[in-house]
Amino acid sequence: MNVKYFYSFLAVLVLALIAWVGCDLLGLQVLFGVILPYIAVVVFLVGFFLRMMDWARSTVPFQIPTTAGQAKSLPWIKFNAIDSPFTTGGVVARMFFEVVTFRSLFRNTRMRVNPDGRISYDIELWLWLFALAFHYTFFVVILRHARFFLEPLPLPFEILEKIDTFVQIGQPVISMSSFALLGTVLFLFVRRVYLPNIRMISLASDFFPLFLIFGIVFTGIFMRYFAKIDVTAAKELTYGLVSFNLPSLAKMQGIGSIFYIHVFFVSVLLVYFPWSKLMHMGGIFLSPTRNMANNTRAVRHVNPWNYPVNVHTYEEYEDDFREKMIEAGLPVDKKE
Amino acid sequence: MSDLPKSDELFSHIDHRPPKGKDWMDIPVDIRPGMYCYSANPKSMETLSAPNVRKWNPLEEDWLLPDNWQEILHNGLKERLEKFRSFKVFMDICVRCGACADKCHYFIGTGDPKNMPVLRAELLRSVYRNDFTKAGKILGRLAGARPMTLEVLKEWWYYFFQCSECRRCSVFCPYGIDTAEITIMGRELLNLLGLNIDWIATPVSNCYQTGNHLGIQPHAFKDMLEFFVEDIEEITGVNCTPNYNKKGADILFITPSGDVFADPGTYTCMGYLMLFQFLKDKYGLDVTWSTYASEGGNFGFFTSHETMKRLNAKMYAEAKRLGVKWILGGECGHMWRVIHQYMDTMNGPADHLEVPVNPITGTTFENAASTKMVHITEFTADLIKHGKLDLDPRRNDNLKITFHDSCNPARGMGLLEEPRYVINNVANHFYEMPANTIRENTFCCGSGSGLNAGEDMELRMCGGLPRANAVKYMADKFDVNMLACVCAIDRAALPDLMNYWETGADVTGVHELVGNALILPGEKKRETDLRGEPLPGMEEEADE
Amino acid sequence: MNDKGKIIAGIIIFFVVATFPFWFNMFVEKTPAPELVLTAKAQAAKVCVRDTAFMKANHMQLLDEWRDTVVRKAERIYVNAEGKEFNMSLSNTCLDCHSNKAEFCDRCHQYASIEPYCWDCHIDNPKETK
Repeated sequence: MNVKYFYSFLAVLVLALIAWVGCDLLGLQVLFGVILPYIAVVVFLVGFFLRMMDWARSTVPFQIPTTAGQAKSLPWIKFNAIDSPFTTGGVVARMFFEVVTFRSLFRNTRMRVNPDGRISYDIELWLWLFALAFHYTFFVVILRHARFFLEPLPLPFEILEKIDTFVQIGQPVISMSSFALLGTVLFLFVRRVYLPNIRMISLASDFFPLFLIFGIVFTGIFMRYFAKIDVTAAKELTYGLVSFNLPSLAKMQGIGSIFYIHVFFVSVLLVYFPWSKLMHMGGIFLSPTRNMANNTRAVRHVNPWNYPVNVHTYEEYEDDFREKMIEAGLPVDKKE
Repeated sequence: MSDLPKSDELFSHIDHRPPKGKDWMDIPVDIRPGMYCYSANPKSMETLSAPNVRKWNPLEEDWLLPDNWQEILHNGLKERLEKFRSFKVFMDICVRCGACADKCHYFIGTGDPKNMPVLRAELLRSVYRNDFTKAGKILGRLAGARPMTLEVLKEWWYYFFQCSECRRCSVFCPYGIDTAEITIMGRELLNLLGLNIDWIATPVSNCYQTGNHLGIQPHAFKDMLEFFVEDIEEITGVNCTPNYNKKGADILFITPSGDVFADPGTYTCMGYLMLFQFLKDKYGLDVTWSTYASEGGNFGFFTSHETMKRLNAKMYAEAKRLGVKWILGGECGHMWRVIHQYMDTMNGPADHLEVPVNPITGTTFENAASTKMVHITEFTADLIKHGKLDLDPRRNDNLKITFHDSCNPARGMGLLEEPRYVINNVANHFYEMPANTIRENTFCCGSGSGLNAGEDMELRMCGGLPRANAVKYMADKFDVNMLACVCAIDRAALPDLMNYWETGADVTGVHELVGNALILPGEKKRETDLRGEPLPGMEEEADE
Repeated sequence: MNDKGKIIAGIIIFFVVATFPFWFNMFVEKTPAPELVLTAKAQAAKVCVRDTAFMKANHMQLLDEWRDTVVRKAERIYVNAEGKEFNMSLSNTCLDCHSNKAEFCDRCHQYASIEPYCWDCHIDNPKETK
């Protein structure tokens, strides 16, 4: 058993247990349903801000975009305005596709050493596909939760809900995004465990968020379809949280513990987020190899801490070699 | 060097599966001869006023470090995290998705898990977490953190000198994490303890003192070019004597000194000389070489940002002293990354120069408006486009050419079409290698970033495997026999590589091909190419 | 390069989006959670098919089962734990007591933003009229 994922799994189990004991046995619904969520949101927002500013404080001395296409040079050479952007507009387009379509990951190949001695690099899109599916389904699931926080629910959210429950299986109707999300989390986990190289590079901090998100999705699905909770009461609490109008303790205690485990997981994720690799969400926008234009020879980039350095000047050089230079017929500045 | 295994033996031993059941932190570093470069010569380090100058041996237990070496590294790390957002962000946002893992030529060629870019970066990240993150301080190893020990330091040294800063991983990383950037910082930190390799330190010292990597003194530099002039005259009957350190010339030309002393770069150098003579005779263009700024390459880039700046300063200084209008740069890889992405920022603004205009075609090089330095393939492509060169591409008909994109022009500059345009106009048989091995996906020659020494030949042959493998494919499929490139390190490294992996291909610079095809005013009928080999097909030509 | 302004602007945009529920609800009149309204008939009956807590959380599943049983197996009688028999019919059993659909069903559904497809077939009015 690999300690990295064992400990991560254990941590998530313990978290579930804490919430269960806290609510089911100790009746701490106010703590898990109100206090911790508020704290989590504040920690997330403040933490996110601090981390971003921490990065922002570091200077960008050089303009070092990774060029992945023809640069703008001679007018008759077609250049790649997205992968080798010359203008801010090009950079914005590059970042847009990077963030929205995972463009770089889409390039992914898989190297194989073939029996005939040839090394091939085949297109390998599973990682891209599942990574993209993971992020988008997660996003949809978050948006779908708007119905627990808004009243009345604006139309776009209703439409999204309709699309997501389009297949109309069972009651309550199945929302495809939740199960797709669960599937992608499983894929990302299995990939980490199954591929030896990826297993080797994985840290506990790679497994923990996967387990935690799995826990969130699992409890969510479980309480929607199996261990039913009183949805109206749940909404009264969640809506109460964002409109500062909390329901009575009795009502809170009427909601099943599974709901509080779910909420506790989410709170932990929010608290964990800013201090973890999950900050790639904000960090990608600050990646100098992606967010800078490839126009470095046309527009001068300024290094805020550029300092003078010792150089070996021409005068020193000529002093070193003057005689030899004169002898060889090379021009010199000082003839002595 | 005799220890270098035969290529098929080496190939059959490459295993990309990591050792079973072992955490990478538990695999001790094994500094293996053939895979590392000798330590820096104290004399060279002294020239550069480097810290902790002493003679040391990487194979020995004691690396003769200062007592407070951990403190030096910690502070150095802290300083760089504040100075380089790239470094700080790259330390934090990797999710270890593994997309980069099989993109590194050193991993493909060695199978060593620590050559996966992600793990190479983790070598440094683990210490960063230990020193600078709360999770690392509290959870330690569980959070992927480990303290800085001598063992870790040796691992850094070994693996940061097994990365050629080629940026291929950066193309595939969803966040653009650039291992080159991490290696650059890693090497800067190592240099704080005087842990450079000699193949970098000595060229840097020579370049600083004498103007070029080999320490060629001004009169000798002139002698070497005169030698080419004689050769050219023998082949073409035209005297191509260049200008040296000429004040008031139109253009200052700077190329890596490798072109001056090492085959087959020398033939490329002859190509430059012929091109400039052609432009002088036909259009009166006045180009000068400099013995002071006689090095385009910049191994300072592989040492530290400061050293890079110190060496690079000569280019603008010499252009200013000579009063030229702008600078033209020869075929070189990392030299062009430095010029394209660093020079203007470090040593600019170059207000003493003019926005580069090709006086023959009238083309303004808008893309170089601020840096005022133009790549020679941009320059030549512009001349060809405007029909300003007299070319006979049939003289290259004995060649079946493929083009190797050098890492830095491809991924640090975006110079992809210009060399291809030139080749297609000076030669008739050009074939592209498979798409996943060229352009932004190009593979390093395996010897970049100062690793083209002799003692690390096994590493170089491993690292060059993906490139050689693709060339071999081209040789089998299209009978390709010439590998063109625009990089001096390529020209120095690829012939060995092509030999070792038995591709049967030779190596050329693009301007050697130009030199062969270029019809000089008043030239005699050529019987050989620049290498002195007969021009096949030319005899038959008369009968047609 | 001083890009702190841009970065802060980006963070603010993200925060505004992320905290959407907080400020959205500030501008919209707050809706109190609906209270259960029972008709006289329902009050008189005291108990539903199953106990109240079960019905609150699981009525949709029960109805789904009912529908399948009726439509697919043509069985119409439901026997609960107490042995009491019911006609499995939304219109004739459920809505017989809970004839105040607008108050009893719709308010909660609306509050939880649920649009059950029950009403696609079963007409809005409590009693089916043939």
